Amino acid sequence: MDLDFGPEDAAFRAEVRDWLRAHVPAEPLPSLETEEGFAAHREWEKALGGARLGVVSWPREYGGRGASLLQWLVFEEEYYAAGAPGRVSQNGINLLAPTLLEHGTSEQLTRILPPMAAGEVIWAQAWSEPGAGSDLASLRATATRADGGWLLDGQKTWSSRAAFADRGFGLFRSDPESERHRGLTYLMFPLDAEGVTVRPIGRLDGKPAFAELFLDKVFVPDADVIGAPGDGWRVAMSTAGNERGLTLRSPGRFTAATERLVGLWKERADPSDTAMRDRVADAWIRSRAYRLKGFETISRSDDIGSESSLNKIYWSELDVALHETALDLLGADGELESEWLENYVFSLAGPIYAGTNEIQRNVIAERLLGLPRGAR
Amino acid sequence: MRFVLSAEQKLFAETLRKLLADAGTAAAARAWAAGDRAPGRRLWASVAETGLFALAVAEEHGGAGPLPVEVVTAVEELGRSAAPGPYVETLAAAELLGRTGGSLAGTWLPRIAEGEAVVSLAVPYALDADAADLVLDGEGREAAVTGDVRTSLDPARRLFAVEGGGDPTDFGVLLCAAQQLGIGQALLEVSVDYARTRRQFGRAIGEYQALKHHLANVMVELEFARPLLRGAALAYGTPEFTRDVSAAKVAASEASYLAAKTALQVHGAIGYTDEYDPSLWIRKARALYSAWGSPAEHRARVMRAL
Repeated sequence: MDLDFGPEDAAFRAEVRDWLRAHVPAEPLPSLETEEGFAAHREWEKALGGARLGVVSWPREYGGRGASLLQWLVFEEEYYAAGAPGRVSQNGINLLAPTLLEHGTSEQLTRILPPMAAGEVIWAQAWSEPGAGSDLASLRATATRADGGWLLDGQKTWSSRAAFADRGFGLFRSDPESERHRGLTYLMFPLDAEGVTVRPIGRLDGKPAFAELFLDKVFVPDADVIGAPGDGWRVAMSTAGNERGLTLRSPGRFTAATERLVGLWKERADPSDTAMRDRVADAWIRSRAYRLKGFETISRSDDIGSESSLNKIYWSELDVALHETALDLLGADGELESEWLENYVFSLAGPIYAGTNEIQRNVIAERLLGLPRGAR
Repeated sequence: MRFVLSAEQKLFAETLRKLLADAGTAAAARAWAAGDRAPGRRLWASVAETGLFALAVAEEHGGAGPLPVEVVTAVEELGRSAAPGPYVETLAAAELLGRTGGSLAGTWLPRIAEGEAVVSLAVPYALDADAADLVLDGEGREAAVTGDVRTSLDPARRLFAVEGGGDPTDFGVLLCAAQQLGIGQALLEVSVDYARTRRQFGRAIGEYQALKHHLANVMVELEFARPLLRGAALAYGTPEFTRDVSAAKVAASEASYLAAKTALQVHGAIGYTDEYDPSLWIRKARALYSAWGSPAEHRARVMRAL
């Protein structure tokens, strides 16, 4: 058992650090949840992709460099430590791509992944519907067989990045006789296609971080079905597993934010305020725990499965606590526009999306602890 | 990097777990609390046969250590079993004498390695000093006990004041954290078992989300305390050891205490009784929460290191 980085890992870290030092914008980009900021973040993704740093763990042929998971964690640590821009490509590279790599055809991989890696096509997720949130299997948007493909109808909501993204992906009921998780199909579709109406939704601070999608006979060719028609639930769950695991929030984000929090504490804190000191200590301890847990996860040979629910609760609650602590340290300045505030607002969504933390606790209790499934 | 236990390390922990599971540790803890040390002594002897104590003693004194990862993993199992006696103190004393050296080390370390010496260590109270062959103060000097046994919330913890007192050693703090993690794990398991079988309103109480979520919270805290513990063990001998040990102690204290409070709530009135065995772990969890330095002290140590 060890926590040692090899010489190749160290060399990789140095390369990433040097590139970021030379390229990370001196001034933070405008919020990626605004039209102007989205465009700026898109350009940044192109620069990252050009250096083959957008998706380091992907195979080379799709724009990655075949890096190990440990090197991916190293990349993430350096990325956030450098204060580099948020990843506008996140839905595509962290949610869709792992699903494609597991279930996609070689034609899909070759067609879809390189432009995603290059930052040329930005993806939005389209899971939830007005009547299907935590209970995703109750979704009602439909895919109807058409010549050479499918016609999509219905409504999706809380679709993050959809206000400005290029394409979306989600589940649709393709068998009208089916119920729950049966008869669903995983499809990808252009957000500028005929029949798609995108209505941006302001998040808590008013920025259009997500959108409602109205779909009216939107044609999708067979080539944009992932996996077999009707098998969408199983295909999507592999994405959900990734989302709850490490990929959605790598430890690097918290390690870096905690370093900044400690800096803020040194600069701002009243030394006699031991309650504040304890909160900063807890943020540091928990960031370290999450980092070490990440190293444990990538060291394992088995699939972590439902254990990803442990991660999701841990990072999302850490993220909120860490940023609340920062705002409290800022005192009267806490409510003023700042990177801390932007990240605080961002953190508040964490316990809700990708399966609320209450759903995660049910998963832990039933699948990991073996408690009986109760009435829903 | 490979941040998981090796096959040998896992096997050692499993061997110890099985030995302790079959050894009637709860009864031994009750006997120990009542002043009957025989069952606890027999348990000590069988634990010693696994070679545990040698893992904290350097080769020059007849040991095979110190091997912090192996010791931490073993002490987690001891915590899970609620075995009575100064295991943590003896192992911590071995590490301390290994650093202070001198004639005490020369005399006692080979005996500790063989599992023949029971040692207590003042932090500031000396656990089970009346059952120990040697009592040390915090500096690793032989020390005299001053006064009678002090009554702990955990009656299996017989505490004594010692001349000179002493502050906890980092290695000892790490082992206390390991013990706490094992206690928390045992409490989670017994609570889950109870929630699956206890029925109210016509169904197992474990079907209720209110209980499920409490128990899930305990699992989250335990699962994230463990990497801190193992990471700290790997930091032994580095400048970060103190900081990492304190982080592990805070996490293990909070996780095991949450496990204890949750166990009490899940069990209801039966959990509040002395005669029902979870009380052994519940009381120990609270006692160790502030032993070997309180969480507040360890948070302060983390922040001093930053």
